[in-house]
Amino acid sequence: MKIELRNPNVVMKLSRLGSFHQSKLSFLRSFLNEFKDWEYKRDLFDLDDEGFGSAVYSFKKKDRIYSLVCFANKISDDERSDRVIATKWDAAFTLYDGSPAREDIERLKNEVPKQEVGRLSYKELTLSRANKSVRVFDHVVNNLSEGKQPDLDLLSSVGYLYRTTAVYGSGKFGLADRFRIKNREEINGPFRLEMMLVYLVRQFTFDQVNHVAKCKNPTKAVSLDKRICKNLGIGNSTGLGMAPFIVNHPTLLNNWILAREIALKKIREIKQVKSQDSLLFKNSLKKSLVNITSWNTESTYQQKKIKDLLKDVQKVIKFTENDFNFNEEYPFNKIYLWLEQNSCEECTEYVVSIMMEPFDDIIKPLIHQMSSDEDRYFNIPTSRKVNELKNILEDKYSEVLNIDFDKKENNQKFWFISKNKEEPRLADRYIEQGSELEQPLAIARDIKRLYERIKSLNKDVSIAEFLINNSDLRHVVRRAFIIEKFPYSEIQDNTISEKIIPIDMLRLKLSFFGALKFDPRSDKWLRICMFQGAPLPTDLKNYDDQWVYNLDQ
Amino acid sequence: MKSLSEIDTTSKRASRASGFSWGIAEEVGKNIRLLELFGLPGIKNLTQYYLDRKSKKYEDLKIINQKNISNTLAFCPIIAGVSFLDHSKKIENYTKLIFENLAYPILFLPFLSRSSEIMGKKISLSFDENEFLLNLNVNILVNKNDNQILPLAKKLEVKILENEDSFNDEEWKNLYALSEETFVEETDSLKQSGAGAGLTDND
Repeated sequence: MKIELRNPNVVMKLSRLGSFHQSKLSFLRSFLNEFKDWEYKRDLFDLDDEGFGSAVYSFKKKDRIYSLVCFANKISDDERSDRVIATKWDAAFTLYDGSPAREDIERLKNEVPKQEVGRLSYKELTLSRANKSVRVFDHVVNNLSEGKQPDLDLLSSVGYLYRTTAVYGSGKFGLADRFRIKNREEINGPFRLEMMLVYLVRQFTFDQVNHVAKCKNPTKAVSLDKRICKNLGIGNSTGLGMAPFIVNHPTLLNNWILAREIALKKIREIKQVKSQDSLLFKNSLKKSLVNITSWNTESTYQQKKIKDLLKDVQKVIKFTENDFNFNEEYPFNKIYLWLEQNSCEECTEYVVSIMMEPFDDIIKPLIHQMSSDEDRYFNIPTSRKVNELKNILEDKYSEVLNIDFDKKENNQKFWFISKNKEEPRLADRYIEQGSELEQPLAIARDIKRLYERIKSLNKDVSIAEFLINNSDLRHVVRRAFIIEKFPYSEIQDNTISEKIIPIDMLRLKLSFFGALKFDPRSDKWLRICMFQGAPLPTDLKNYDDQWVYNLDQ
Repeated sequence: MKSLSEIDTTSKRASRASGFSWGIAEEVGKNIRLLELFGLPGIKNLTQYYLDRKSKKYEDLKIINQKNISNTLAFCPIIAGVSFLDHSKKIENYTKLIFENLAYPILFLPFLSRSSEIMGKKISLSFDENEFLLNLNVNILVNKNDNQILPLAKKLEVKILENEDSFNDEEWKNLYALSEETFVEETDSLKQSGAGAGLTDND
């Protein structure tokens, strides 16, 4: 049986993209898989009694070494902010390409804690910073120093000791450009080195908390139990900065979504499913309930989504356990069709992710197809005709073309870069100033404009001729020829609508990172948790691949 | 040192701020990145050109002919470049093009480099004492690189080069003869077993 890939007009809607969950394709999971047999080492740990100082952690294989350089600093409580615009953090990190010499560490000590206003070099690959969850960190220190393990309920309600904000790479602030390292086999997958940074930061947080507790009470202190460490991740606060990324990297976005869609298609096409595979699916689904019941948020929007998800996942479990026979042909196709009829988008995408768990043979080859050489598709094929362009627009943007942008509510918002913070922002064009400096992120509106302009032109006019007097639409002409080859390269929705929920765009990207427990703090930023339940670096050799569904209660 | 990613993004935004559309600004971002990657003074020339644009007017060359002459205002190298790039398929039929009075010719150069890739032909570019050979957007050969701002080319000549070997037949034959020394003379036995297929292609 041949299953069609899902329609981009369904998959690429913001509400659907905002319902995506982590899966075996997620970058943090593929990172662990790639680096599981690398040699992990703590090379330097030079902290004072309060936990301030430097540390270096590394992964090594043959001649290749990646080193996380950490700087822990003292800041006052009133200086601690999760916002990307903060200027001081409890700790700052960079991933160094190789093994840093003393001079490198001295140089980095002056630059890394400054983050955006510091300057890095081509020897540094990624950059980030993090703040303590003071409530949790202090609680853990106090308990460990008294010889006790911390309160698991408190830890479970937060999920981490530190929260990062932005994680930068690809040439930001002088970091190495992607092209310098793109041919390295071990990073043949998106965001591998960003994932490595976050993963090693997680270990630093455990080492630091143990160190401070020990210094506080050398005779009585105990170390944080390894099982508790494993159940802690690293937090992250994310704002609108991520949203333009997915619009500005259309072929990369396509390759992420296409990998997921091909995985689903192939799983639905399996005629007979082995009993151990159906069992793994059912067990993962059941165990994953802990991820939902321990998912805390104050956002009423997210609370409703979680409530609906929990209710529907319980329905799916009941269905697969009691009313479904995995010996039937094409069982996953039947489950998928049942999901479409009986569950919400959030649950459908959640179960789609879990369907991937038993099928390494399908998933692993796809992971290597999730990067993109975007420059290859940059040139516009200007010798083609406007009639071809018109056909592409009608075929690939059929629903976008139905949006009436003369209606105020469909043209309400505009994206801009804040002058003082150099960060993307979203505002109401009818209330705020600055829409004349709008960023080119209103793709649906501009595609519609393009369509209106070409629909009555002579079909034999070339794109080169059209562009002579229509330069203002050049950016979307380029995109139309990209979507012709890459069907999932475009969000099939209105990114300037009054109703837009920007965190849907963030969640899409974060789900591919492998984030858990999306916790919206407004419609424009959210907190997440990464690597919760993941093996510790010392336990990477033989870890449980389903760790994400094996959190302790 | 600025990364190429920073150079691309900043050039793109500056181009938009200088009045170009976002689509053209994207082209300029990629171009300046290319120039700087090849060690040519992209940022310098772009910065000075955008400063000049605040007080000077430039002519937009939207249709490329074999002779492109502006007697009054200098041509904008970016619009001329976009036009060249977009009409590469038409232009590849020319052997030589002349541009008189083209501002900041270094900014015109990456468009030609990218056109060279589209045409599948090398392009030579010369003005004043400067000569460039653009090799299918893979590299750029330069007779001199003073890292200077070049505000105007009074006469700029573009040649679309035919795909021809840079060596003669004799030189090729000599090299090929040498390469044959890696071949194995086939015995009857090898003829039967070496190919892994039949002895005829008619089966």
